[in-house]
Amino acid sequence: MTRARGGTGIPAPLLVPAAAGIAFLVLPVVGLLVRTPWSDLGPKLTAPGVGDALRLSLLSATLATLLSLLMGVPLAWVLARSRIRGRSILRALVTVPLVLPPVVGGVALFLVLGRQGLIGRWLFEQFDVTIPFTTTAVVIAETFVAMPFLVISVEGALRAADARFEDVAATLGAGRWTTFRRVTLPLVSPGIAAGAVLCWARALGEFGATITFAGNFPGTTQTMPLAVYLALQEDTEAAIVLSMVLLAVSLATLLLLRDRWLGRATVPVA
Amino acid sequence: MSLAAQVVLQRGSLSLDVEIEVADGEVLAVLGPNGAGKSSLLRVLAGLLPPDGASVVREGATIWDGDGTHVAAHRRALGMVFQDHLLFPHLSVTENVAFGLRTRGVGKAEARSTAQGWLARVGLEGLGGRRPAQLSGGQAQRAALARALVGDPRVLLLDEPLSALDARTRLTVRAELRRHLAEFAGSTVLVTHDPVDAMALADRVVVVEDGRVVQAGTPAEVNRRPRTDYVARLVGLSLLPGTGTAAGRSVRLDSGGEVAVAEEASGPVFAAVRPESVALYLARPEGSPRNVWPATLVGATPHGATVRCELSGEVPLVADVTATAFAELGLVPGSPVWATVKASEVAVYAR
Repeated sequence: MTRARGGTGIPAPLLVPAAAGIAFLVLPVVGLLVRTPWSDLGPKLTAPGVGDALRLSLLSATLATLLSLLMGVPLAWVLARSRIRGRSILRALVTVPLVLPPVVGGVALFLVLGRQGLIGRWLFEQFDVTIPFTTTAVVIAETFVAMPFLVISVEGALRAADARFEDVAATLGAGRWTTFRRVTLPLVSPGIAAGAVLCWARALGEFGATITFAGNFPGTTQTMPLAVYLALQEDTEAAIVLSMVLLAVSLATLLLLRDRWLGRATVPVA
Repeated sequence: MSLAAQVVLQRGSLSLDVEIEVADGEVLAVLGPNGAGKSSLLRVLAGLLPPDGASVVREGATIWDGDGTHVAAHRRALGMVFQDHLLFPHLSVTENVAFGLRTRGVGKAEARSTAQGWLARVGLEGLGGRRPAQLSGGQAQRAALARALVGDPRVLLLDEPLSALDARTRLTVRAELRRHLAEFAGSTVLVTHDPVDAMALADRVVVVEDGRVVQAGTPAEVNRRPRTDYVARLVGLSLLPGTGTAAGRSVRLDSGGEVAVAEEASGPVFAAVRPESVALYLARPEGSPRNVWPATLVGATPHGATVRCELSGEVPLVADVTATAFAELGLVPGSPVWATVKASEVAVYAR
């Protein structure tokens, strides 16, 4: 066996593209850091609109995550545990938003929930409720795009969890719902947490579906990614500062995830 | 209160059709090789696996399965212990034991104190605050037993409860289990592939092979008079099916050859030979033994102070010889030997 590059054990044909890959991923972030106007940071951050956009982003991403948990965990259970027919079709449907361009998702949401849409028209006529171009629309768009991440993550955790614990619970007199609450849910809680963090991060960065379905109104639908894009047209430095804020939030998320993964890996095995 | 079941199940290559009955306070061992359908049988009894239409599972006067009825697992008054303890990893040991009480509506404080009482009974006093991962294998299995018994079940199902334990722990846990089973008022079904478990713990044994009961009886009967090769091997006997000759006192084997016996034998019979009653010689021995056969040594495994020798030939046998004798004879696989057995040492019973 020949080894390239004294002792690393990585063959040159793999090492070169791998190094290029790392550079490709890291350089843009470095560029962002280099161009950040550190001295101006304070005023730029407190500029009107920035706080609103950040608050709206955090709020809508959190609401979207809660909504995803509420619907996604039961959906993941159905995909992983139930014996209903057409489960594979169901799973394929769940993953559609993962591969669908977000803009297309936004258009689709508009067609269903817009004032002339299938459900939107009924909502408008019966309850005088309009969804597009509201904060509700932001939350819906983010949920649509981000929930599949949670579902996939939780379903994986459910499949990896030992289903025999659920049998044990049944022999101890626990019905299906009690078993789900007292046994299944705690067992897969690390998977749910990881899925929720992923889902939240995806919702926070959502752009395409949001701008299509909810528009870009400061204070109600202008989230951070939209604000960044808009700022870039007029004031590059402001865009950089806003980007830095998003970057900081993403890094914090990553650290949170890493902690959880490390925490799981160091559980004492007696 | 008693368990009676006729279980019919078709699952992939497994075709199970087994009938069992267990009285109150009785322990029935279901003994069989892996894949015989023992665990599936237990899962049907527990309600975890829906059986086929023809099945009936009855606990006392209550029908659990059959006549279109299927009582869900959590509504059956039973406790179950699994091979690897399967204590819930996210709960403390006390919470694990209290689980079955909480699901049946017992208040938190009462469930805790009852659970602690049970932990003391299985010798785990003071360990209730630990997580299952902080228990040894034996402790975890004791906790699992307490968890199964705490709800005062009418039926106790044990699925290979000792096989995940190391040899020494198995010995002590087996002795404790025996004590708890003696105190248990309901019916117990123990599934195992270890004949020692069956002999030590059960009042009655059914042997299941390929989804069918091939033998049933007390542990002593099964031990002394195995009816299949599998059971004979388990209890360390060589089982020789044959036919009693008209003249009596001799059995013509199905595999060819003849075995002299001490009792009258007629019709289809089994002749069973214990390994320690077989003697090996390099040359044909002179003198009285009526059973002398040429054989070839095909395998030898040390077994304590003796060596267990597998012999092939007209009469396939297993012989135990002392390690010294084995060395003196200079035996190696392939060695030709002469095997002798006294006629009085051969057990004969009807097939």
